Amino acid sequence: MSQKPLPTPEQARYQQLIKEMEPPARYTANALWAFFSGGLVCVIGQFFIDLYAAILHLPPVEASNPAVATMIMLGAILTAFGVFDRLARYAGAGLAVPVTGFANSMVSAALEYKQEGFIQGIGSKIFILSGSVITYGVVTAFFVGLIHALLKR
Amino acid sequence: MRIIWSTYLAAFLVGGLICLAGQVIYDRTKLTMGHILTGMVILGGILGGLGLYDPLIKFAGGGASMPIISFGNSLAKGAISEAGKTGPIGILTGMFELTSTGITAAIIFGFLAAIVCRSKG
Repeated sequence: MSQKPLPTPEQARYQQLIKEMEPPARYTANALWAFFSGGLVCVIGQFFIDLYAAILHLPPVEASNPAVATMIMLGAILTAFGVFDRLARYAGAGLAVPVTGFANSMVSAALEYKQEGFIQGIGSKIFILSGSVITYGVVTAFFVGLIHALLKR
Repeated sequence: MRIIWSTYLAAFLVGGLICLAGQVIYDRTKLTMGHILTGMVILGGILGGLGLYDPLIKFAGGGASMPIISFGNSLAKGAISEAGKTGPIGILTGMFELTSTGITAAIIFGFLAAIVCRSKG
């Protein structure tokens, strides 16, 4: 393809007009929404930690495992019913940063690539978004573990 | 069931601040949410290796253990603790010891959701 032609004066004026009419980015509102929704998600997670600590007689540290699984289940259900995206429009990082976002990335990928079949669709592409989190998490943990093992000698 | 309200307050504040940080980075830079979450996991792995993240979990409970940073922390802790027991091979065998719950749950629910539902996008 050839280069983009230079904008005519009329086009330039139009671009300027778009810039002026564009609503200002809602940084403050986004940040507040993320803070409150993220805090709420973590409070719900804390509730499940307390719940599992009580009914499974676990120390709080271990009770966080089933609590994380529950939050993932909730994130998965909200995604499957199409509610997650509607909430995330406001909550932003408040839903993406907690494990609910991890669940959303896998469930939405599985749903989106379902049409490509069980093997090349759901099976492979379920990790298409969360893969980088797992890969770099493992790489980091590997070297951290290695350094620890070497320093312990 | 024992509820300590100060833990809930700490969970709300710490968890909220971590999410707020993610949102601010997302809004103010060109990074995608994928970049930010990956960065947080790497940060969690490093903090876990230095032993700095567990005190935060002790203080804020779910506020520290729900955000994705704790995934990196758990990976590092699994590798370190198993390496302490069985030597360097433990880095490989212990890697997913603490995080298998989350990954397994997400795979199972993702698969089931894909079977039952269709994409709303």
